[in-house]
Amino acid sequence: MNVLIFLVPIALGLGLTGLAAFLWSLRSGQYDDLDGAALRILPDDDIG
Amino acid sequence: MAETLDLSAFVERGEAGAAHMTLAVDGVGCAGCIRKIEGGLAKLPGVIDARLNFTQRRLSVDWRDAEIDAAGIVRAIEKLGYGAHPFAPARVEAAEERESKRLLRCLAVAGFAAMNVMLLSVSVWSGNASDMTGETRDVFHWLSALIALPAAAYAGMPFFQSAFGAIRSRELNMDVPISVGVTLALLLSVYETATHAAHAYFDSAIMLLFFLLCGRYLDQMVRRKARIFAGNLASLKADYAHRLTERGELVRLPADALRPDDRILVRPGEKIPADGTIISGTSEIDESLVTGETARRAVGAGAAVYAGSINFSGALTVRVIAAGTGTLVDEVERLLDKATEAKSRTVRLADRVSRLYAPVVHATAALTAVGWLVAGASVHDSLVTAIAVLIITCPCALALAIPAVQVVATGQLFRAGVILNGGDVIERLAAVDTIVFDKTGTLTLPEPSVDAAAIDPDLLERAARLALSSRHPLAAAVAACARERVPYPGAVEEPGAGVRAVIDGFEARLGSKEFCGLSGRVFPGEARDAAASFIAFSHAAKAALIPVRQTLRPDAIAVTAALAAHGCKLMIMSGDRAAAVAPIAAQLSIGEWQAGLKPADKIAAIEELKREGRKVLMVGDGLNDAPALAAADVSISPITAAHLTQAHADALFLGEPLAPVFRALAISRGARAVMKQNLALAVIYNALAVPIAIAGLVTPLIAAAAMSASSILVTLNALRTRLTFLDRAFANPQASPAQAEAAEHDSIPSVHIAASAELSS
Repeated sequence: MNVLIFLVPIALGLGLTGLAAFLWSLRSGQYDDLDGAALRILPDDDIG
Repeated sequence: MAETLDLSAFVERGEAGAAHMTLAVDGVGCAGCIRKIEGGLAKLPGVIDARLNFTQRRLSVDWRDAEIDAAGIVRAIEKLGYGAHPFAPARVEAAEERESKRLLRCLAVAGFAAMNVMLLSVSVWSGNASDMTGETRDVFHWLSALIALPAAAYAGMPFFQSAFGAIRSRELNMDVPISVGVTLALLLSVYETATHAAHAYFDSAIMLLFFLLCGRYLDQMVRRKARIFAGNLASLKADYAHRLTERGELVRLPADALRPDDRILVRPGEKIPADGTIISGTSEIDESLVTGETARRAVGAGAAVYAGSINFSGALTVRVIAAGTGTLVDEVERLLDKATEAKSRTVRLADRVSRLYAPVVHATAALTAVGWLVAGASVHDSLVTAIAVLIITCPCALALAIPAVQVVATGQLFRAGVILNGGDVIERLAAVDTIVFDKTGTLTLPEPSVDAAAIDPDLLERAARLALSSRHPLAAAVAACARERVPYPGAVEEPGAGVRAVIDGFEARLGSKEFCGLSGRVFPGEARDAAASFIAFSHAAKAALIPVRQTLRPDAIAVTAALAAHGCKLMIMSGDRAAAVAPIAAQLSIGEWQAGLKPADKIAAIEELKREGRKVLMVGDGLNDAPALAAADVSISPITAAHLTQAHADALFLGEPLAPVFRALAISRGARAVMKQNLALAVIYNALAVPIAIAGLVTPLIAAAAMSASSILVTLNALRTRLTFLDRAFANPQASPAQAEAAEHDSIPSVHIAASAELSS
């Protein structure tokens, strides 16, 4: 069962990373304009 | 006359001449629009940044004041082909946004904790069934505690705060049993972990919070979306005022930016933008939006005028007074205070349930503990069993049962063109059995229109095109009939008389009978039509008298018939003359109507109905309706209503048809049925689970499974209704096909378009 000494912290670390990433994205306004983000990808005038 | 546009009231100043403004933008519909607006503004000198929020249809612009001003930016957007209106975000909206972000953060923390604790819990459950050592189990339990305790302390805050607030005001709400349940579950788990027991309930506690936060966030999101939409509409239809400066210059500015003692000029055909007293000028004004009275009032210097009245004949200079100091406004405000107080006494369904629920649950837990003690169990075992009862009855399903339905129904109402001011409005709408309508602007359209039946279409077309050159409000109604919207070249308006032009070699005149040279002539139907105003038209030898009157909303007859067919008692209470109300009542076959009512009379009549045990829905738009709206059990206003009136209505509806009123009732009734179903499901769940808990057979696995299952069940039940109950409401043969069709097609964009078309016309 010694493997738990690695596995449990790794599992928790991954979870915390996900949580931190979500909180960061929330704070930086990634969810403020969900419909707009879907449309902004369409214009392709920045290519060539 | 050259006039400047002053938007300074909406501009936020930063450092070094930097400025910022938020605008509600109309007409944005695709990816191209984003690029066009942002790109177009970026090209302007001085603009630092322009960002369009497509979801909210709002544009935020930063610029340097030295190179461009706010009015220049608005003009630039208008030149690009979009409507832009400066927007001052309401304080509630900012508070709601903060609350919504906070809930989302709590939800994220609870979600993270629930996943990780469950990871450990599943290991323990399977370990308990096989060969896990006690030490490993303890480590897993301590790890769970390490995650769950801080997470619950953070994510549970919305519930703890609400429960604490309720207890301090000596009341019980649903958050009290939730907080008690979660806290006890965590404390018990810590104790069990410390004493090396086989079971801990960390997973149940944190999962419960996760489910509840999901429900609360969804609820918040739907309400916020509706509020943002309503905020945009309000600023898109905001009135502009012409302010006279000290030096006599004319400055155009949004009516919201007017201050007391400003002098404003109101030209014929314009809406009076603020309450005030007339300094100079005489005119006739139409106060139908304010008092419901359709006959025009002659006013002169010294007379008080109210925002929303329409100036007909002469230019007026008005001194703005602070809101709430006019005599009518005073009376309305006084009545409002009383009426609002009475309304706050109604109790929400969810609170009624929780008042009953919390004592029963806590008593059951106490009895369980006593029962086991008497039966000879140890103090520890008795307490553990009692707490298990609390955990299993923690009102997860119950707390989701009503909000889940509210979320679905609010979204549906939003698509039907009805914006709610609060979640409990649905319950109150569902109980309605009596509907009181105001007449002017509610049953009828807010703008008068031409009764085209008796007039030669060619003649009307010519009159309508001529009317395009006039600013007179009656002419605007005639102009709306024009098929070809091109004014005649060389048309001249003579203020206070009419408009004339040469058409096909003959002079045409539109205006008063005298102006058209028809003063001696009597037209058929002229004398007996008391409710209509007339506008005369002459061209060569032909002449016509065009009746302009308040017309019913296009579907008013069908909607009132459908409401009556659904068992609602209908009444009209109007501030207008009896002669104007009677024909409308007859057309709609509404037997009970009262005319010439003052605001206090309307309240008295509604109170009388309430005393008879009726649940009253008031539908009205005038300033004089505001107290009645507050006094009724529930109220709806059209979006064209006066500001104060909108603020006191429980819901607003968009567009010209009256159908949203019917749909609001149909959807609410469907929603209430589902709420009751959900409550029944929650009760059945408790009836099954509580005996198991009292018997002391609940393991954490059973608790987790039972709680998730019941929560998911009520949520699915709420979503299922989304598919069915609108269909059911409209499968009724008495509802007209037009409504059924509208129900299918009225998605948010079309409502938006309809609303903006109405605003621009």
